[in-house]
Amino acid sequence: MHIPDGYLGPATCGFFYAVMLPIWGIASRRVKKTLSAKQVPMLAIGAAFSFVIMMLNVPIPAGTTGHAVGAVLVAILLGPWAACIAITVALVIQALLFGDGGITAIGANCFNMAFVMPFSGYYIYKAISYKSAIDSKRRVIAAGIAGYLALNIAAALTGFTFGLQPLLHHTADGQALYCPYGLKVAVPVMLAEHLFVFGWVEAIVTALVIKYLQKNSPELLERGN
Amino acid sequence: MKITTKLWIGVGILGIVSPLGLFLPDHFKAGSAWGEWGAEEVQELIGYIPAGLNRLATLWSAPLPDYAFVGWEEQSLAGLSLAYIFSAIVGIMLCVGVAFMLGSILSKKE
Repeated sequence: MHIPDGYLGPATCGFFYAVMLPIWGIASRRVKKTLSAKQVPMLAIGAAFSFVIMMLNVPIPAGTTGHAVGAVLVAILLGPWAACIAITVALVIQALLFGDGGITAIGANCFNMAFVMPFSGYYIYKAISYKSAIDSKRRVIAAGIAGYLALNIAAALTGFTFGLQPLLHHTADGQALYCPYGLKVAVPVMLAEHLFVFGWVEAIVTALVIKYLQKNSPELLERGN
Repeated sequence: MKITTKLWIGVGILGIVSPLGLFLPDHFKAGSAWGEWGAEEVQELIGYIPAGLNRLATLWSAPLPDYAFVGWEEQSLAGLSLAYIFSAIVGIMLCVGVAFMLGSILSKKE
């Protein structure tokens, strides 16, 4: 889901940087009000966890690869704004140091994976786990469903961003300038691979960690109850 | 053991087993992630390299491209795995460093 350099035209890259700048600003202000000094290690664990879970590529046999992002888990534990900061840290380091995701696409990649994903996942989790006991099975299921759906929402958006490019930028004779695949290919492909494979990885990882924390550190799940 | 200690150990274990992210795709003959092909792969897929893509694809030279060392494209899977674990360690340490820095600037002073 890391859009590389060259797949998005300048207008799209600029648009997403322009959208993310105020989001990062609001996230900083919100985190300043809500994050206690005691939670700073969790913020660091969240960023590191997201970074390394994205390295664990899962194959579709004879097809493509993909991975979980961990954004929903971090959002459940620290809230969506802190998760936005943590995932942004991971994505920027991936782009700058490892060339995973383009530097021109940092705005777009952060919008999908560090903003839309933690926020959608967080509120899906909140809705499904509403008023459930900290140790209830419903919380584990809520975490799994939230991880699954949020990764797919982010994947669909990524597909949409890819798919817009041939419409926005092409030569007079119809050759693409950036991503060559349009909406009719990019959106269904991105969605299908995440619906059938990668979404389940996100769901299982998110649900299992929540289940583990219910037993070992339930106080971490009490946030915002 | 404190829960944060346990979670740190969990992150460390993920770093050590990270080469699974190389072995599994290799074993099941899976290629690149969709939409993350290099310029040559795009040429194979659609018959040409889009001009903008060609121009921007090499815009940034990452120091550890694709979680490996520069010029290691032809390395064996075992070699690449070592580079992958090294990359995981470097990446985790940087994430932790930056997050701690941001966290201590942003968190409430008690």
